[in-house]
This record gives sequence, C-alpha cells and structure tokens, in this order.
Amino acid sequence: MKTMEPAYGGREIPERRSGLSNGALGMIVFIGTELMFFAALISAFLIISAAAEAWPPEGQPRLPIVITAFNSLILFASGWMMYKAFQPFKIDPYSEATRKQVRLTMWLGIIFVGIQGIEWIRLLSYGLTMTSSQYGAFFYLIIGTHALHAIGAVIGLLRLSRKLDAGDLKEETFHAVQLFWYFVVGIWPILYVLVYLS
Amino acid sequence: MAEVAHAEVGHGDAHDDHHEQSFWSKYVFSTDHKIIGFQYMFTGMAMALIGGYFAYVFRMQLAFPGNSIPFWGTLSPAAYNSLVTNHGTIMIFWVAMPVLIAAMGNFLIPLMIGCDDMVFPRVNRLSYQIFLLSAIVLIISFFVPGGGFGGAWTAYPPLSAKAEYNSTPFGAPLWLIAVTLEIVAFLLGGINFITTTMNARAKGMKMYDIPMIVWMIVIASILFMCSVGPLIAGAVMLLFDQTLGTAFFDAAAGGDPVLWQHLFWFFGHPEVYVVLLPAFGIVGEITCTFARKKLFSYKLILYSTIGLGILSFFVWAHHQFISGVDPRATYLFTTTTLLISIPVAIIMFAYIATLYGGSIRFTTAMLFGLAFTGEFLLGGVTGIWLGSSGVDIYLHDTYFVLAHFHYTFVPIAIIATFAAVYYWFPKMFGRKMNETLGKFHFWGTIIPFNGIFIPLFILGAGGQHRRIYNYQHFPDLAGADMQDMRVFATISLIVMLAFQLVFIANFIISLKKGEKAGKNPWKANTLEWITESPPPHGNFGETMPTVYRGPYEYSVEGREQDYWPQNEKPESEPS
Repeated sequence: MKTMEPAYGGREIPERRSGLSNGALGMIVFIGTELMFFAALISAFLIISAAAEAWPPEGQPRLPIVITAFNSLILFASGWMMYKAFQPFKIDPYSEATRKQVRLTMWLGIIFVGIQGIEWIRLLSYGLTMTSSQYGAFFYLIIGTHALHAIGAVIGLLRLSRKLDAGDLKEETFHAVQLFWYFVVGIWPILYVLVYLS
Repeated sequence: MAEVAHAEVGHGDAHDDHHEQSFWSKYVFSTDHKIIGFQYMFTGMAMALIGGYFAYVFRMQLAFPGNSIPFWGTLSPAAYNSLVTNHGTIMIFWVAMPVLIAAMGNFLIPLMIGCDDMVFPRVNRLSYQIFLLSAIVLIISFFVPGGGFGGAWTAYPPLSAKAEYNSTPFGAPLWLIAVTLEIVAFLLGGINFITTTMNARAKGMKMYDIPMIVWMIVIASILFMCSVGPLIAGAVMLLFDQTLGTAFFDAAAGGDPVLWQHLFWFFGHPEVYVVLLPAFGIVGEITCTFARKKLFSYKLILYSTIGLGILSFFVWAHHQFISGVDPRATYLFTTTTLLISIPVAIIMFAYIATLYGGSIRFTTAMLFGLAFTGEFLLGGVTGIWLGSSGVDIYLHDTYFVLAHFHYTFVPIAIIATFAAVYYWFPKMFGRKMNETLGKFHFWGTIIPFNGIFIPLFILGAGGQHRRIYNYQHFPDLAGADMQDMRVFATISLIVMLAFQLVFIANFIISLKKGEKAGKNPWKANTLEWITESPPPHGNFGETMPTVYRGPYEYSVEGREQDYWPQNEKPESEPS
C-alpha cells in the first residue's frame, strides 16, 4: 500500500465556511418539502379533474376570479415589500425603514388572508363545501392549505416585526422568514391559475 | 455574519449552563443531541418489543390456527388484521426510522463531524416530543372501540377510507394521525441533520473527509424530505375521506383509489432507501474499522448513493403492477427498478472489496456487519424477480414478496442496528458489551432469521397469499407439507425472539459491569473516538478538533500504528 502522506499531509486548513446561514439553509430544505407537498396536491387535483366529465361540475358555484385576481395583486405587493425590506436591512437591521417595510408586508398579508376568508364565507353560503363535490373538496383542500401557510407566515412576520422593534434579531431569522414569505407568494400564481382559472 | 450565527447557535439556548441539572431537564427535556439520540433509541427498542410480540401472535395463529395462543388467547380475524397492520407500521415507522436515522443521526452526526451539538437544538427536542406523541397516539389506537386499524400498513382505500368496510371507526383515523405526526417529527430531524452537516463541520473537514455514515444519513434525510410531502398530502386527503365525508379516493363519487397508491408509494419506495442508507453507512464504518483497511472507492460509493437516491424516485409504481397501471408504464418501471440494483450492487461490491486483503477482526459488531452484507444481498437479489412486471403478476401479494422485503428490512432494521449498538455502545455508555454473550446472540439471531423466511419464500412461490387469517379454509394451501413449513417458520421466530433476551441481558449487565472502554477501544479514526466515553456535554471539551485527513486511513505504510485519527497533526507540521 502506498503512503498517503503527500495527499493529505500539507493541506491547508481553511477557516469556517461562510455560505448560507443555518436559518436560511434549514428553511430551504423545509421549502423543498413543502414544494413536494403542493406538487402532490396539484397532481391529485389534475388527475381527478381530468377524469371528471365536466370541470367545474354543473350546479356548483363558480369561484370569484376577479376579486381573487385583485387579491393576488395585494399578495404580490406584499412580496415586493418584503424584497424592499431587505435593502435597508443590510445597511441597518433596526432602522425605521426596515421596520416599516416589514410591517407593510405583514399588513398586506393580513389583508390577503382577510379577503380570502370573506370569499370563503360567501362560497359556503352559496353551497360550495368540501362534500358538495370534488370541485369544492379540492378548492378547500388546496386553497385552504395555502391559507394556512399564509397565516403561519403572517405570524412569522409578526414575530419578526416584534424582534426588530425590540432590537434583538439574528440575521438568519430574517432570512428564514423572508424565504418562507417568498414561498407563500411564489406558489400562489400557480394555484390561482390551476384552481380558479380551470 | 455566518460565523456569528454559528457561534450564537452553537452555544446559545440551553447550552450555556454546564452546571448540574435535575433528572427532568437532563434526560427528559434535554436539547443535547446525545440524550435525544438515546430517547429515540430506547423508544424505538420499546416499540420493537411491541412489534415483535405482534409478529409472535399472528405467526402462532398461522401455525396453529384456532388454538389459544399463550400470552394472548384466541385471536379473532379482526384482531389478526390489526396485528398484521400494526406490526408493519411499527417496524417501519417506529423502529427502523427512529433507531437508524434519528438515534444514529442524532448521536453520531455532531460527534463525527466535530461540533458540539445540532444547529437547531430546540427543534431537535421538539422532533422527539412529536415522535413520542405519535407513538402514544398509535398505542391508544389499539384500545379504542373497534380496535386498531386493520387495513394493512399501506392503507389502500376504499378499505381504509370507510368505517363500514374496515370496522375501525376510531382506529383508522388515529392510525393516520399517528403516522402523520411521526412523519412531521422526522421532518424536523431531517432539517437538523442536513443543516448541521453542511454548516457545522470541524475546521478542515472537507466534503470527502465526512465519514460515509454521515453522508448516508444526510442523503437519506434529503430523500425523506423530498418524498414525504406526497404522503402527508395523501394522509390529509384520506383523513378527510374518513372523517369529513369527502370522496378523494371514492371512485363512486368521482375520486380515484389508485391515486392513494401513487401518493403512498411515491413516498414508500424512497422510504426503503431512507432506512437502507444509514444501515449501509453503519456497515461501511464497521467493515473498515475491523478489516483495518481504507474504504474501497469512497467517492464511487458516494456517487452511487446519490444516483441511487435520484433513481429511487422513479421506481414507485413497481408496487402497483396489478393495480390497473398501464402495461406500457410497467415496462418503464421495470427498467428503472432493475437499474437501481446497479448502484446498490456497486456499494455491496465496494464493501466486499474493502474486506479483500484486510486483517479482519471478528468482533460481534463485525459479525453483524458481515451478516448484513450477506443477508441483504439475498433480499436484493430476490427483488430483481419482483421488479420484473411479468413475474410480479404471479408473485404479487404472496409470501414471496413478504419474504423478500423481510430479507431487506430485517438486515436493515435489526441486524445493522445490532451492529451499530455493539460498535458504538462503548462510546455511548463508556463500557464494552460482553463479546461472548454477543456472539451467542448473533448466532441465535441469524440462524432463526433464515429459518423464518426461507420457508416463506417457498410457500410464496407455491402460491400462498398474504393477509389470510386461516389457510385451512383454502384447499390448495391447506396441505400438510405447507402447514409444516408454517410451523417451522413460527418456531424459528420464537427462537429468534427468545435470543433477544440475551441481548437485553447483555445490554443491562454491560451498562453496569462491562469492561471500561476508554476513548478508542476499536482503534478507529473518526472524530467520535477522540473524546471521552461517554462524551461530555459539548462533546470535545475546550478545544474543538481540527481535521487533517479522510476518515479511513487504516494500515498506512510507514506508520507505526495501523490507524491514523482524523485530527492527528501530520508530522511535517510543527505541533
């Protein structure tokens, strides 16, 4: 057996790597799982709706396309505000500009969830429920899952905002919340086109 | 900033206080990765006893149908179904997963990559707490009215979806909730494993210096994270079908029962590799240490594992060849299934090549490691027949399938786990296990194991169908020769279970009275062996290790010792 000294002997010992922070990397892994979760819901939706005789089925209320399109704009604006918050954050995490942007993101998110909630109540009153048809079942399953994620993300934004006000924040927490909000905003157009426009 | 984050996370949270802690905060609500690893290991072992007991009861029914079973009584058909279902569920989700991935990953990853704890210690603690909750929910489901879920561990609808078919109105939803909680627990663990290995390695540890078992656990975690979403989606849909009355999987109302099979097996097949890879990793470490040789083709094994992981997402429909899948699609899945045997074979051959020319020490850990290689090979080779759609149409749902996957899962979940326990016991508890009792236990496990499943191969090839309560009702399967083989398998099982008492006794005695192990009883290279046994809180004391070489530098020419720890400074450098 040959001696291994030259291959390993004089190696340089690098300093600790500075790639992605723990929070960001952990969140990316988590978002990967979430993407597969939504992919499964979407593929289930596509299989069932393709096999149905008519989609949307007859006698079921139609989904509010226009109001939701408007609501989508609110969500996109919220994502844009999150992006805008990143620039002042890099200069000074606790500056008024950062905190304002994060609060704006959060309030736009709350408005999005609120409008969705009002639309759900209207749809329920029109007779669209989880058991009324596959159409209703998938609507509440997919859009409801997204709504739960949006609520979770808004709670994350609220905590982020509190921590910014208190002046006690790890950079990685900011990255993690930011990434999760981008995920909630980014997956929405796919769901909108598939579920509302089909 | 990233460096600051390391420091904050590494030493933050509960890790500042090294003072004496109460029993509860030290062992029950600990955020220390070693304690969480033990929690997973002991919970998994306790669940293994339940799963083994279930196997004993239903094997007794098959060998001596209708007779009263000692320690159980007369077994009803409904209880039989429930036992078979929960045996499978427990052994995969509550034994293989917690012991192989969670316990080994938690205990070994920070020690082997040279850091003081996982990067998210509190997430880690939450992971175990959710896991424990899931185990409790599962156990509760055995005692609710109607009994535990009996629709097989694959839970195919419509049987699983409607209480009027499965007659377990509470057992079925509880079973689903337990499985989902368990999955969520491992999701949190997986995030920790991947992030820790990527971000918290010791100074100097490059990608190719990471011990193979750590790579295997990380790749397994990635597979798990990528495959588990569809199962959660399917489980939520099935739960709605059971409780809210939706019809996602009800063909009569426009749903699709085969959809569940796709969602389940899209997770289910990668899951096989999720538990296989840590077992491969364990055996790789043990093979190198006790053959005193460098791991043969480290990079090839690593690349094969990655290839295997990618391929494992394209084989799932081989579980569904008789579920009405298009025959043209079965060609595709037959091809991918046969392809996946190539990376697995590469890894097996690499381990055999590692043995070649080594100076092998037959410790108990090594015996279990070698047994894994041999027995898993049988499981893999029989899988080639089942992967071919033509053969599978005959063999589907027979005991041949059952024997095949037990020849993979028992080596994974039982044999590799024992190898790991015998190998790392000195590091975990500071004392060695008794080798004589260990060898006794080894032969008492391996011989009966083959005694159980070789007859089942023959029975399966003879047409014995799975999930049958009493074969005496089927004239073709009620012959005396077939019944004799069933009795032989059952007696082998009882012998195998009885020999586990030797292990338990050895474990408990060695905890108290075993030979003191010292830091490095096996003269191994990886970082966990440079610290005290058991490692203190924070693992390495004041100075964290620096890594200068790969983990498998055994028998290097020109060195006095036949091992070369990863952290030892090269002689050319001033110390």
